[in-house]
Amino acid sequence: MTNYWEDISNSDCVLMMGCNPAENHPISFKWVLRAKDKGATLIHVDPRFTRTTGHCQLSAHLRSGSDIAFIGGMINYILANKLFFADYMREYTNASFVVGSKFSFKDGLFSGFDAKKKVYDKSTWAFEMDANGVPVRDDSFKNPRCVLNLLQKHFERYTLDAVTAATGTSKEDLLAVYKAFASTGTAERSGTIMYAMGYTQKTVGVQNIRSMSIVQLLLGNIGVAGGGVNALRGESNVQGSTDQGLLANILPGYIDVPKSSFAKYEDWVKASTPVSKDPKSVNWWGNKPKYIASLLKSMYPEATLEEAFQMLPKVDAHRKMTDYFWLNIFERMHKGEMKGLFAWGMNPACGGANAQKNREAMGKLKWLVNVNLYENETSSFWKGPGMKPESIKTEVFFLPCAASYEKEGSVTNSSRVVQWRYRGPHPLNNVKPDGDIMLELFKEIRGMYEKDGGAYPDPIKALNIADWEEHNEYSPRKVARLLNGYFLKDVTINGTTYTKGQQVPSFAMLQADGSTTSGCWVLCGMQPAADKHLGMRRDKTATEMQANLSMTPNWAWAWPVNRRIIYNRASVDATGKPFAPQKAVIAWKDGKWVGDVVDGGGDPGTKHPFIMQTHGMGALFGPGREDGPFPEHYEPMESPLKKHGFSNQRVNPVAYLLPTEKLAIADAKFPHICTTYRVTEHWQTGLMTRRQEWLLEAEPEVFCEMNPALAKSIGINNGDRVLLSSPRGEVNAVAMVTERIQSFTIMGKEVHQIGLPWHYGWVTPNFGGDSANLLTSSVGEPNTGIPETKAFMANVRKA
Amino acid sequence: MPVSRRTFLKFTAGAVSCSAFTGLGISLAPAMAQAEILKFQKTTITTTVCCYCAVGCGLLVHTADEGKGRSVNVEGDPDHPVNEGALCAKGAAMRQMAENKARPPKPMYRAAGAKEWKEVEWDWAYAEIAKRVKAERDASFTLKNSKGETVNRTETMVSLGSAALDNEECWSYQAIQRALGLVHIEHQARI
Repeated sequence: MTNYWEDISNSDCVLMMGCNPAENHPISFKWVLRAKDKGATLIHVDPRFTRTTGHCQLSAHLRSGSDIAFIGGMINYILANKLFFADYMREYTNASFVVGSKFSFKDGLFSGFDAKKKVYDKSTWAFEMDANGVPVRDDSFKNPRCVLNLLQKHFERYTLDAVTAATGTSKEDLLAVYKAFASTGTAERSGTIMYAMGYTQKTVGVQNIRSMSIVQLLLGNIGVAGGGVNALRGESNVQGSTDQGLLANILPGYIDVPKSSFAKYEDWVKASTPVSKDPKSVNWWGNKPKYIASLLKSMYPEATLEEAFQMLPKVDAHRKMTDYFWLNIFERMHKGEMKGLFAWGMNPACGGANAQKNREAMGKLKWLVNVNLYENETSSFWKGPGMKPESIKTEVFFLPCAASYEKEGSVTNSSRVVQWRYRGPHPLNNVKPDGDIMLELFKEIRGMYEKDGGAYPDPIKALNIADWEEHNEYSPRKVARLLNGYFLKDVTINGTTYTKGQQVPSFAMLQADGSTTSGCWVLCGMQPAADKHLGMRRDKTATEMQANLSMTPNWAWAWPVNRRIIYNRASVDATGKPFAPQKAVIAWKDGKWVGDVVDGGGDPGTKHPFIMQTHGMGALFGPGREDGPFPEHYEPMESPLKKHGFSNQRVNPVAYLLPTEKLAIADAKFPHICTTYRVTEHWQTGLMTRRQEWLLEAEPEVFCEMNPALAKSIGINNGDRVLLSSPRGEVNAVAMVTERIQSFTIMGKEVHQIGLPWHYGWVTPNFGGDSANLLTSSVGEPNTGIPETKAFMANVRKA
Repeated sequence: MPVSRRTFLKFTAGAVSCSAFTGLGISLAPAMAQAEILKFQKTTITTTVCCYCAVGCGLLVHTADEGKGRSVNVEGDPDHPVNEGALCAKGAAMRQMAENKARPPKPMYRAAGAKEWKEVEWDWAYAEIAKRVKAERDASFTLKNSKGETVNRTETMVSLGSAALDNEECWSYQAIQRALGLVHIEHQARI
């Protein structure tokens, strides 16, 4: 989230799209309702009528997988009616940048498309640079190649007629939503957008978010109170686990993993560090050499930076990064290419797209280690439906771990707030905290390498586990010190000398020469002294200005540098005066900044506000993505249409596709658009909720929602058992016949939408049903590789 | 008069009589009220953050000082700025997640072709897993790729997880996997 939960109450208009906060993030909805109490308009855009919709003054129904058409229409509406916040757009976004003459867009394809390799040559999207290497700007917006004009041209095709044909939303509903949200394009007003997996689990997931970011930049809604683009993250520490780099493409602190083409440490650092020649651009990533060096020193303090770099595994530079991601891992596992799997605190047998394929794939492993609270569909895949245990050779180890409050450590919520959790009871039955399990297991492995040698033992022997351990146990408090970072020798910075072993007070003091550690630079400042973790703070004092925004800056600690609204420099003009004085985030007062921690520092007007962007400006034109600098509507990989109204390019031309995947495209056997979702009483695959009596009593089994007209046409009554099917599998469910889910008219054709929750699995409860992901397809988004589990085609019939 | 749970408890701690409640306009049966009070006696309170979604609601865990030392009550933290004491159905049922008979007490092993689990000791499990990790790593470790570039990795081992781990564990976990040479490191955030 750019903002924080309580800040939603400061909004004048809350647009909830691809999410259902009233049911899935219920406590966040407290702050949505407070906004409503203060006069805000609430809007829900979703295929279904949910408890969220019930609280909204405005709602619009769209079929799954048509979000860009919907938001594209809003961008067109804002531009055509000049409803943008002009000063903000001109000064704080790249609207005035001139794009190079190689850029073009024709019939659904951007320039630079390589049809054979299915990739874009992004160099054709580059900005025009002046003699000093700074992007050329046209503040008069007369140049036809300036971003604003290209944006207008791109989205003028998104007329109400075109949008309604794609989304199935009525023109009246479209206009009502556009008008209400565009009303926040003034200095004083702000609108926020909340989204979740309904937005991201698409083959255009990143461009969905890009589209709402464009809206927010045009309306001047980023960096302000009651604004922002806010992801309702679904797991207690999914923000933190991402920050810590548990992904194939990033190391802790969003540092790109090294590639095989980097022979030397400096090659990696140079390729990772953006350069800006604009003196007003803070270009914060220009500090990356300090963060990379500090990370390496946290892992390998005794090694030189060069040696530490050599010890890191590299991905092939000549392969697409998506080849290393989830979908291809299971593809390769299914082919028998993977031998060992750690499924640590995860249940891919239910949580991954095309779940049956994942279950079969695990049967081709030599061994599987599953660490979890309970036996689950992954640990016990070998005795699941249709499996013959005697023919499955995979050895499986199940290690039971402590529950969240049986150990201590920190988690980072959606607001980027790091909060410390304390231990209550000891782990039940003396099972172990995950930290102890991983440390003890690693020591066992290390012992074997020390004793017997083996392949390239250097990184195993050199890994700094001394900083993880206290009294022969895993010590989260000690690791937290390492995540923040400490000085490895005495260092003098701006006249102040920091001594060896001292905590680094802020990431501004991290060093590129290897004299500091910091496991994750965004967390530097969280633990400014060895015995002082700011995530433990429970102080609700705030200045009047902060309290006005329900901001509690002394409660725990938010990354970065306890900034609660990122890009907040965009909330003030060049003199430091807030655009919205009644809900000011920061202000320049008596020669200093007051309010939130200001982005970028320095006097007002001296810095561009978007400090993580190389050129300092909000990216209306985003030349870094794999699938284009502007969002464009494409059909989901599976849809009822062979052709849509925007171009002849049916689907995202660079989507991640596996040749083995069976797909239903305008296939009469699978006529209904299907989606998956959550219910209040269960969570994710249900692993941590299907064992609780209270929750199971409320939601005991999987159901399929369908509208009465569809139910009647296929002879189904409410409560009947039905069988859902897709090219990948089948799920047996209870029919829930309801007006909450309606049919849509798409390109003149009536299509029904159906949906089901994905929390269930065969292990428990008996007769609760199995995972909805048995139906979903493993096709992926080209930037992130996220599977398109929120829009696919299915059939439903009486069981 | 609006009564917060804390005020209510303060009152009840002093006067465990029926009239105290009627005076506050609270219609709790005395027996229930008594149970409410007992719940907090001889327990230690610790704060935690919900293990489900990322709203990050604060909770109070009451752990018995005596007996088995288990958690006897979990409820919303009234001082927490986000949830202000409130919880959703999942958070409210968190105690049933930890205090649950379905939690396996010991590691389990399933041999190739076996139809059942076998309970095993921790040390045995560590040693056996370590042997397999080392054997697979040693067999698959690649110093150079097909282009002759240094890669120092293994591609045949995979790690999935986890957004359910604490920050410190996530960091240590990625460090271990990368020290082993894994490049296939993914978790919930990908999907």
